[in-house]
Amino acid sequence: MKVGLFVPCYVDMFHPETGIATLELLERFGVSVEYPVDQTCCGQPMTNTGCEREAARTEELFVRNFEKYDYIVTPSGSCTNQVRNNMTAIEQSDAVKHVRSRTYELVEFLHDVLKVDAFPWAEFPHRVALHNNCNTLRNLRIASMTERREEPFSKPKALLKMVKGIEFADLTRPDECCGFGGTFSVFEEGVSAKMGQDKVTDQLKSGAEYVTSSDSSCMMHQEGCARRMGANLKYIHIAQILNGARA
Amino acid sequence: MTAELHEELTDPHADQLDHGAASSRPLKSRISEPQPRGAKIHGNRPVDQSEAANRFMAATEHEAMHDARLWDLRQKRDKEMHGIEEWEELRNLASGIKEHTLSKLDYYLELFEKNATANGIKVHWAKDGAENNAIVLEILRSRGVERLIKSKSMLTEECGFREFMAENNVEVIETDLGERIQQLDDEAPSHVVVPAVHKLRTDVASVFAKTIGSDPDNADAHYLTECQREATRPLILSAQAGMTGGNFVVAETGTFVVCTNEGNADLSANTPPLHIASIGIEKLIPGLDDLAVFIRLLSRSALGSPITQYTSHFRGPRKGSEMHVVLVDNGRSARLGMEKFWPGLKCIRCGACMNTCPVFRRSGGLSYGATYAGPIGLIIDPTFNVHKYRNLPYSSTMNGSCTNVCPVKINIHEQIADWRRTLAGEGEISPVKKVMMKAAGEVLASPVVYRASLPLGRSALRHLPHFMLYNKLNTWGRKRDIPETPKQTFNEWYRKNRKQQDEGKKS
Repeated sequence: MKVGLFVPCYVDMFHPETGIATLELLERFGVSVEYPVDQTCCGQPMTNTGCEREAARTEELFVRNFEKYDYIVTPSGSCTNQVRNNMTAIEQSDAVKHVRSRTYELVEFLHDVLKVDAFPWAEFPHRVALHNNCNTLRNLRIASMTERREEPFSKPKALLKMVKGIEFADLTRPDECCGFGGTFSVFEEGVSAKMGQDKVTDQLKSGAEYVTSSDSSCMMHQEGCARRMGANLKYIHIAQILNGARA
Repeated sequence: MTAELHEELTDPHADQLDHGAASSRPLKSRISEPQPRGAKIHGNRPVDQSEAANRFMAATEHEAMHDARLWDLRQKRDKEMHGIEEWEELRNLASGIKEHTLSKLDYYLELFEKNATANGIKVHWAKDGAENNAIVLEILRSRGVERLIKSKSMLTEECGFREFMAENNVEVIETDLGERIQQLDDEAPSHVVVPAVHKLRTDVASVFAKTIGSDPDNADAHYLTECQREATRPLILSAQAGMTGGNFVVAETGTFVVCTNEGNADLSANTPPLHIASIGIEKLIPGLDDLAVFIRLLSRSALGSPITQYTSHFRGPRKGSEMHVVLVDNGRSARLGMEKFWPGLKCIRCGACMNTCPVFRRSGGLSYGATYAGPIGLIIDPTFNVHKYRNLPYSSTMNGSCTNVCPVKINIHEQIADWRRTLAGEGEISPVKKVMMKAAGEVLASPVVYRASLPLGRSALRHLPHFMLYNKLNTWGRKRDIPETPKQTFNEWYRKNRKQQDEGKKS
């Protein structure tokens, strides 16, 4: 199995440790991972703003970088959603269809494809609040949502439960969007920041020491709000916890 | 009441006061915060929802109350949903019934007309709001009506009905309490179900003090309601005509159904000898069996109550009185022909998407500057005026909660994305967005340009990618800290630590 690692632009730039943890974690399970160095972005900023034409060349580049792999894995559900469900600015060739159907968010890949049942190296004796990105939750269906009447399930929680010593902190509005929303965070800055502050307040009230998520983008926004508010909360990507980060 | 029905469900908010108790409790703050007003409208210029939303949030007491009140409705809705095992099946059924009816709308409309006429209802057809207003005015004038009592109806908001009647010297009295508050304050409803939900009790006290002479310092909800009842009852009793909307129009029986919690539609319909109902043509459903599906979903989705207090079926005029139904198109036929946007016509106006929308709860419904606010507004309003409402589809994080609470399964968040695509395609996009995205598209399409654009190791403000920073003001940093930049990117780390291994693997 040959896996192409996609490290989204903001992870590349601000959270290289998330990319490194994803790479090492996959390798721990014997997966052969390559990172095509000419990668940039999935096209989401343009697509989300409605500028499909402007996204086309970025999408083409993505497909060129990743078409040779059996799977494409990325530590971001919202980028996965872009590739799988919204990469429509370009002609749907066999290569495009292959890339779109083979792109997985890390938690999904571990849970559904590798069917991982243990992380013997992982120990995280802390109180942790889990945040699900909205695309990951409602479009990729990584967990059950409170809006629907359905059996509760959570793939990230199922994986985290295999980590020694971890304790979960419950939020009062677990499914509420944190207000990042991609370009929403800059175009609609006021509402975005208010939603972020409310999310941080909920996390604080839960008694969490750490917040974790399979999406760095939401956490970048939440962390920015938390720091400005002087909130004592730490943000860590789920890949790092599963890869055995201690704190 | 809901708790009694579903005792097996534990109430996570048992400490929360119920509506009656909460509404008499003194407000926390002694100084009343002025009510923030809605979006500023400048003719046909695109509405700036964010500007109005920022003013709403600046009124912190209003914003906190609004968010808590609507989130409470969402939680009550969740609780009701868990009480119904076949909830998701009901949503499927409701969606299917609406799709079926909309696909044969001409047939069902004519069937209704035939059956309603046989019941003694006079059926009229209006292609737009102006025609609706003219038809109603003609009926009123020919019968010498000077005062009309009216129950809440979003369709009449679309038609500018109250303003039109005022210009033509017909007095209109709203009978829904929330709507009456809004009428007295000369404001549009901010929500399809709870029209004055953005107001604090102190705001209502000040409106009533000015308009009906209540004590400006008494913000007790029971007192205020009683004052309104005393002021309005005589007007209701002396009105010569009553007007309602309609929640559902049943083709097979030639009847229509109005759902309220205050019984005000019944007052409007039954007190005077003339009842006129203006109803959008998308409200058709085939039969009474279909109605049952919607009645189970409507109030549970809207307010988290099993059913509205009043579900009134109107079948024909009482002896010695008249009943008219005006079937109004006002853009609906055109919407039905829109490949991406016709499912918006399935909407039953429950407001669940507004209650769950995190942007709506923090912005207030009037910030949208349009008849329909919140998620459903974002996808309906541009069908009325694409230029004026072109910014609205951006007032969303596209989190998808709306789609999943919608009782008729409208793919709201997907349509929001489709609207953005459509608007950008038609050139109806703000220049700043267009320029930013064009630049982002150029940079991200080329690994070399992209890598060169990363402003590492420079001043803090330059640590964000250009597509986020290309703005006159760095909005990110106003209320958020900018992330620290690590010593190297993942790309640099990989080239340094792993690239040789990859080369080795290949050879």
